[in-house]
Amino acid sequence: MALFLIRRLLLLIPVFLAVSLVIFMIIRFVPGDPIDNLLQIGSTEEQKTAMIAAYGLDRALPVQYAIWLGKMLQGDLGEAIILRQPVSTLIAQNLPHSLILGSLALAFSTLVGIATGALAASFKDGWLDRLVMTLILLGSTLPSFWLGLLMILLFAVQLGWFPVSGARSWSALVLPVLTIGIGGVALVARVTRAAMIEIARKDFVTMLHAKGVPPLQIQLGHVLRHALLPVVTILSLRIGWVLGGAVTIEYVFARPGLGSLLITSLNQRDYPVVQGCLLMLAIAVILGTLIGDIVQAAMDPRLRETLR
Amino acid sequence: MALLDLSDVTVSIGVLTPLDRIAFSIEAGEIVGVVGESGSGKSLTAMAVMGLLPLIGGRITSGAVRFADVELNRLPERDYRALRGRRIALISQNPMTSLDPIRRVGEQIDQVSMMHLGLGAERARLRSVDMMRQLRIPEADVVHGNYPHQLSGGMKQRIVIAMALAADPELIVADEPTTALDVTIQAQIIQIMVEMARRKNVALMLITHDMGVVAQACDRVVVLYAGRVAETGSVERIFAAPRHPYTKSLIGCIPVEGLPPGGLKGIDGVVPGVANYPTGCRFHPRCSLAQDRCKIEAPLLRALEEGAAACHLAGDPP
Ligand SMILES: Nc1ncnc2c1ncn2[C@@H]1O[C@H](COP(=O)(O)OP(=O)(O)O)[C@@H](O)[C@H]1O
Ligand code: SF4
Ligand SMILES: [Mg+2]
Repeated sequence: MALFLIRRLLLLIPVFLAVSLVIFMIIRFVPGDPIDNLLQIGSTEEQKTAMIAAYGLDRALPVQYAIWLGKMLQGDLGEAIILRQPVSTLIAQNLPHSLILGSLALAFSTLVGIATGALAASFKDGWLDRLVMTLILLGSTLPSFWLGLLMILLFAVQLGWFPVSGARSWSALVLPVLTIGIGGVALVARVTRAAMIEIARKDFVTMLHAKGVPPLQIQLGHVLRHALLPVVTILSLRIGWVLGGAVTIEYVFARPGLGSLLITSLNQRDYPVVQGCLLMLAIAVILGTLIGDIVQAAMDPRLRETLR
Repeated sequence: MALLDLSDVTVSIGVLTPLDRIAFSIEAGEIVGVVGESGSGKSLTAMAVMGLLPLIGGRITSGAVRFADVELNRLPERDYRALRGRRIALISQNPMTSLDPIRRVGEQIDQVSMMHLGLGAERARLRSVDMMRQLRIPEADVVHGNYPHQLSGGMKQRIVIAMALAADPELIVADEPTTALDVTIQAQIIQIMVEMARRKNVALMLITHDMGVVAQACDRVVVLYAGRVAETGSVERIFAAPRHPYTKSLIGCIPVEGLPPGGLKGIDGVVPGVANYPTGCRFHPRCSLAQDRCKIEAPLLRALEEGAAACHLAGDPP
């Protein structure tokens, strides 16, 4: 297990380098120029050149990348061009909001998704199963921003139970968490159900029945435990998605967060901020898969064997 | 009174009726071979005895399965469950897939005695390790903590056997316990099972398609063909004077030293599937003695001087 961890961590280095390079390149090929945003109307060509030089944008791309990477490794993500603050400060201000929203949404979709999927699988083809499957279909086809708007209309505007937007109170979290979480619930429930039904057909489950183990114990103690392996895989892929996928939802609910920061700075072509945000999201994705792999290895002895 | 008695057990799965009036019995401590080619209905018979037909959408539509003084097919599921693994245990065909791959094998044996005998974890462990030693598993206390994928097929099947023996059952149903194993260890596993069954006076319903195993291990035989009993009898009588043509062909299939398996007198064709069981005697398309009435009239299972046979010609001397 220790060896597996070390190997898995070493593997992160090239992945991280590749990701950072891609992020660096993408932003340069998007049309638009932050300097144009920044200059006052009527500035001279000299003033513009000076400003470009000040931000290092006149250097060759490889040099810009090397400088960026070097500083980044020291925790310096540069200065925001438009917002005129260190990018790390901006991220430090926004990240906690996204982390809270993301982890609550993830926890919500995990718990509710697994419970719903397990219930549906246990009553396969019954009315409960059919109801759940219908809801899953709805939940996975509705676009989340639309769902978000709908919930704002109903629960915030009509009923007034929750604030329409912002992040001032805990109750302001309810609607965004639900909006992001519902798609996840549908996904997790679907995977849990399918995996449980498949595993229930295996020989070792017949054997458990033959040993006289009560069906509920078989479902929860054995079948569900196996079904959690694929669930962990999709959840680990979703960790990064939730942080970044919250992008539109943060925007819909006008919440501060990595997503809002990313969209705002993207509109203003504020390279350093966009880079920083994308980098955070990429790190979240990478860490997500890492955590997923570790959890799976902890759950599955066969996997530990092959990874040795 | 027999320990296990099946009287005219008919099993349906949906519109199909794969088992038709199966009748045989097993005495306490007796080893009974249930033989037939693949598709004869051996596994379904095992499922019917274990009460596990609902798992595959099947049920007993008529007849009765009696175990000691209990009528199993009328037993509420709760009570049946208390019996499973406790008084009637199963050893399944494929040891590779019968163990939970993410749990330690020892734990899976412990589970039985903890659940049925109310033992605590530590006492259950000691009991399991002792059982594993009796089954000649080397370094039993180490193996107890292994996962299934760390063991060979033969070791895994010993674990499954230990699981079956864990709560001192009166009957073990073993569904082709060695078919999935390497030929070189098949005889060894059968020998261990027979030895344990004799020593602990456990009755064994030994399902196999290998008449060699029957000759080696059993007291009596039940020959199944296409979901019906073809013949029953003591091993001596069946081998000395088989009365059903199907039994005769099966005996011809015993590998003889120096000859390839089935090389003596293999039976042409295969067992028909449930959906196309033939009319009359289900063996008639493959029977060299078949007469016209065999195609129309199904022979009843009739008692012989020893055992019983279902063939129109079985009344005549062999
Ligand atoms: N779940 C099932 N549904 C429908 N038919 C089945 C099912 N299981 C077995 N059968 C049929 O019942 C017959 C007996 O099968 P089985 O008891 O598995 O035979 P054996 O164990 O002797 O090879 C076969 O024709 C088989 O195709
Ligand atoms: S009843 Fe007829 S077909 Fe069937 S086994 Fe006897 S002789 Fe053969
Ligand atoms: Mg079978």
